Amino acid sequence: MPNLELEDDYQDLSDTVRDFADTVVAPVSAKHDEEHSFPYEVVSQMAEMGLFGLPFPEEHGGMGGDYFALALALEQLGRVDQSVAITLEAGVSLGAMPIHRFGTDAQKEEWLPMLASGKALAGFGLTEPEAGSDAGGTKTTARLEDGNWVVNGNKEFITNSGTDITKLVTVTAVTGTSERADGSVKKEISTILVPTGTAGFTAEKAYNKVGWNASDTHPLTLRNVTVPEANLLGTRGRGYANFLSILDEGRIAIAALATGAAQGCVDESVRYAKERSAFGQNIGKFQAISFKIARMQARAHTARLAYYGAASKMLAGKPFKTEAAIAKMVAGEAAMDNARDATQVFGGYGFMNEFRVSRHYRDSKILEVGEGTTEVQLMLIARELGL
Amino acid sequence: MSVASGGPLKVLVLVKHVPDAQFDRHLAGADHSIDRSESILSELDEYAIESALQLIEARGGAKAGHTVTALTMGPERAAAAVKKALQMGATDGVHVCDPALAGSDAAATSLALATAINHLGGFDVVLAGMASTDGETSIVPAQLAERLGLPQLTMASALELGDDGVLTGRRDSDTTSTTLQATLPAVVSVTDQGEEPRYPNFKGIMGAKKKKTVTLALSDLGLDAAHVGVAGSWTHVEDAQARPPRTAGTVITDEGDAGVQLVDFLADKKLL
Repeated sequence: MPNLELEDDYQDLSDTVRDFADTVVAPVSAKHDEEHSFPYEVVSQMAEMGLFGLPFPEEHGGMGGDYFALALALEQLGRVDQSVAITLEAGVSLGAMPIHRFGTDAQKEEWLPMLASGKALAGFGLTEPEAGSDAGGTKTTARLEDGNWVVNGNKEFITNSGTDITKLVTVTAVTGTSERADGSVKKEISTILVPTGTAGFTAEKAYNKVGWNASDTHPLTLRNVTVPEANLLGTRGRGYANFLSILDEGRIAIAALATGAAQGCVDESVRYAKERSAFGQNIGKFQAISFKIARMQARAHTARLAYYGAASKMLAGKPFKTEAAIAKMVAGEAAMDNARDATQVFGGYGFMNEFRVSRHYRDSKILEVGEGTTEVQLMLIARELGL
Repeated sequence: MSVASGGPLKVLVLVKHVPDAQFDRHLAGADHSIDRSESILSELDEYAIESALQLIEARGGAKAGHTVTALTMGPERAAAAVKKALQMGATDGVHVCDPALAGSDAAATSLALATAINHLGGFDVVLAGMASTDGETSIVPAQLAERLGLPQLTMASALELGDDGVLTGRRDSDTTSTTLQATLPAVVSVTDQGEEPRYPNFKGIMGAKKKKTVTLALSDLGLDAAHVGVAGSWTHVEDAQARPPRTAGTVITDEGDAGVQLVDFLADKKLL
């Protein structure tokens, strides 16, 4: 029988982050959400706790933990504040992980200690106005000129790309084309490290989003951005393939975050149902409410099992693409469904922005969209079934 | 070799495993002792650990040979308090654990702790929190100082250790701030007004398992069971009753004169 009890180290980490989330993050969440401000003071404490270095080796300034440790931290943060959780998730999975996986020794030495310590953030620029999961639509180009890459293009929805501590954005760009057997053009996509101070790089005005208001998201403009040839990350032409492999594990991280959100909705609803009375008793005594919350708990529990399952396959070195897709979809939907139910439990207060459940309601929608939409996950699952 | 002459700084920090104040706490058992089933490291002790770590970090930390030893007295599960201290950065742990210690009051506790501290020997600073969050007596550090024959610098909200081995502490009250100094070794207690305690990081959590914790029984300390526990305590709880539930308050319905009724009510209770 599989053992789903957390080992001591994992449990202690989870408890520590839970305590931090309740004590440090939660009190300022509503303020940053309302002001659309980046929680620098929270991020700096997360950095001190080593959260940005969780899955990286100690020689690169990491904590020597693994990806599951990161997932557990994300669940506890996601429970109270999805913006803070996604800042960590993107900082680790999209910012630092590509360099850890595909970087040269020199690139790792230059960037990883800074990113793993949380003193600096990096973003990953893949999405464009006409390209997301369909990388063939990529229009950003990078051409070699006198030993430098000259990058031109536009990126959309890039997390952590415009904070005061953002030092780097890794961008995907077309570095050449080849002709397929059928005569069609195949784009060669590579990834290039662009320090944010480089001339021609602009993080445009932050988006006005439905949720994740305290997470930093910008469109990027790159105009003749010139960086050394050595800033190529990984093999030329493997940019998108490399990104896909990063995305699989990123889905486990997003599933963990979404599980936290789903659980946060349960916890808030249980508390409120015990406190609030109507028609002479606490509303939790009404089955209309208790059954709703029981179903929410079942969703959160299922989501957790799904991401634990995917993570255990990943850590065992087994293929986990389908499990990660299932976890991402199940947990994302659990978060959205639970947020809808939780706001219903809260009645009119659930429609007030300062309540945590209403924030989860606005924040959770993106969990069915970002890091591969639910439809993309279904596509991956169906493909695995040979359909 | 003392700290003043350049030797390593050896700090002992007292930690206690107490019922989690987040939950309802209640008394249990024939001796009316507190129910300890949901327990954590006392939050006030985290400030003592933080102060201890800062004292050694200011001098180069554990790498430079300085030590922070976390000492607890309590049943087996109290080891969790030492573990948390080790995760935060303490260098080693000591657990005084013996069934005969159960029910010790402050005087018996300070006897057992003082005996253990003498047994271990060689500490420059004995640090404690301002109180335990269960018994809340605040007197154990003072009793310890008396038993150990050391100066006591209690209720400090800020600490500084000079190169000359003189420890300076600031004690804040509502109207005054007093600066106190003691030569080492000394017994110190710190309030919750100092720097916020750190959260352990994953490296600390993983590393804690490799740190040494010594468990000592009364026999190791040469302590007679008659002097500790319920038998050796100077105070005994004769009886305890749960506080009666609050009675319903007075509801004033506003029919135009609620303000007057409110004032009358407050005046009647001599609150105005």
